[in-house]
Amino acid sequence: MLAYIIQRVVQSVVVLLLVGLVAFSMFRFVGDPIDNMLGQERTGADIERLRGQLGLDQPFPVQYYKFLEGAVQGNFGVSYRQGRPVSEIIAERAPATLELAAVSGVLAIAFGIALGVFTAIRRNGIASHVIMATSLIGVSLPTFLIGILLIYLFAVELGWLPSFGRGEVVDLGWWTTGFLTASGLKALILPAITLGLYQMTLIMRLVRSEMLEVLRQDYIRFARARGLRDRSVYFRHALKNTMVPVITVVGLQLGAIIAFAIITETVFQWPGVGLLFINAIQFVDIPVMAAYLMLISVMFVGINLIVDLLYYFIDPRLRVDRGAAAK
Amino acid sequence: MEKTPNPPSALARFADGDFFYTFKRSPVAVVSFVVVALLVLAAVFAPLIAPYDPFNPASLNLMNGFSEPMVPNAFTGETFWLGTDDQGRDVFSTILYGLRISLFVGFAAVMFALVLGVTLGLIAGYIGGWVETLIMRVADVQLTFPSILVAMLIFGVAKGFTPPEYRDDVAIWVLIFAIGLSDWVQFARVVRGATLVEKSKDYVQAARLIGRSPGSIMLRHILPNVLGPVLVIATISLALAIIAEATLSFLGVGAPPTQPSLGTLIRIGQGFLFSGEWWILLFPAVTLLTLALSVNLLGDWLRDALNPKLR
Repeated sequence: MLAYIIQRVVQSVVVLLLVGLVAFSMFRFVGDPIDNMLGQERTGADIERLRGQLGLDQPFPVQYYKFLEGAVQGNFGVSYRQGRPVSEIIAERAPATLELAAVSGVLAIAFGIALGVFTAIRRNGIASHVIMATSLIGVSLPTFLIGILLIYLFAVELGWLPSFGRGEVVDLGWWTTGFLTASGLKALILPAITLGLYQMTLIMRLVRSEMLEVLRQDYIRFARARGLRDRSVYFRHALKNTMVPVITVVGLQLGAIIAFAIITETVFQWPGVGLLFINAIQFVDIPVMAAYLMLISVMFVGINLIVDLLYYFIDPRLRVDRGAAAK
Repeated sequence: MEKTPNPPSALARFADGDFFYTFKRSPVAVVSFVVVALLVLAAVFAPLIAPYDPFNPASLNLMNGFSEPMVPNAFTGETFWLGTDDQGRDVFSTILYGLRISLFVGFAAVMFALVLGVTLGLIAGYIGGWVETLIMRVADVQLTFPSILVAMLIFGVAKGFTPPEYRDDVAIWVLIFAIGLSDWVQFARVVRGATLVEKSKDYVQAARLIGRSPGSIMLRHILPNVLGPVLVIATISLALAIIAEATLSFLGVGAPPTQPSLGTLIRIGQGFLFSGEWWILLFPAVTLLTLALSVNLLGDWLRDALNPKLR
């Protein structure tokens, strides 16, 4: 048990160190950092000074160690393009992405579970068939097309909602939020739907198939025989037992939401970290790319670790198997 | 006992076989197959079908810009089926050429991922030991991240390695490399699993006994027996690769405007959404959607058809 947890943590740290090595190699070997930071007019003394400052005259392992030390403290160097510390730029952009991801996540979970339960209970109803067919199209529709479609409908044709940006935001000093103004909330609707739709269909299909599986079991028949109400049977008895796989998928999809935010943010010109990353790729701004890679890896690895451990605590049957497999 | 006539040819056996029978019985499979086949043919023969060459500046007439579909242009009187874009390029022709790029990148990326994944999967499964541990650990780590993110990073790094003046020329190849490299894990995992099963079977033991080299056993004996599921993954990967390519190009980190894919065309068309030139966006988008949806449906059907457990 304890051994399993320790092993998973060690594995996660190794993965992060490897990703760190990739990020560092990007920074060190893609183009010449000196070239990128100094302009045309430079002297040999400038180059030597910067080399010393960046520690480029030291051996590779020492440089890697310094990079990791900086990364742990949130120091990722200076953006080639904007000339400002990367950590500062990311801190400025993070609230936009996190608010968007949070709203989409909540939308996806709430509607996904509700529709999943509905289509499982009324599995032969017309509404269920329509929902399932729509979800199939939704899965094959690329995210950016959904975004464009929504913009066309609600911003161009109907003119109800804005098509780009965050609207008015309130600056709380360390956090900027769009939750407090009407225009901020309106601006959030379309991007949040675009980002959450894929995850919603995924959760819906999963909940539906799990529910169908559970509803066939004896204890459900028994609960009905005891004369329990439908609502109690469906939600207290059936839904509860579908939650283990759902929690896993939801957990893993949280990371995916952050990653797919790149696409949504580009479609809606949402000033978040994803848009920053895409611009960094377009202009080969390596420090920003490296920092984004590190941040997103910490998030993914962390989420994976938490989900694995949660799984372990939720479902006691797994403890024996997994513990054995881990050795 | 009656003598059998000539043994049936491979084609006849296929036409009479179980696989073709289930195919004929599924309208979804037939329709999506026909759609995919038509689109592939249109892409292959694009230079013959396209009424205009959108990339030859000499054939472009700026006066034709923003022609509406099926409506004669106010200045030149020319009519374009699907209209023209801002530079007077025929949208129908750009879609045909865009389809060509999209399909080429999709197929090439999947082929790359397939060769890489199958090779590594075979090696991991057959040789085992630390080689297997290394390959599968790398696969696990990569699987933690969404493949589109991996593709973006590879694209960005590769871009950093190319001098700016060559970036547009190599963009297509970088794209194939990036998407292929982001997608090999599925192949490697499945092939490794199947190889582990095949390895212990008698025919492999026999081949080993008569002294065939490991390379030859892997290629000639094991590989043909693990290819079934690879085919299914390849079809599903193709749909994903086409969408990944379109997404990257749409985001501006893929096919350049000089060699537009469907994604690039949608990126260009989005700029005209607010000014009312809907056709520049709509037709490439519908083409992409049709392509992705039919490849997806075909992949789903193939997965069910090749899986005897589901019958």
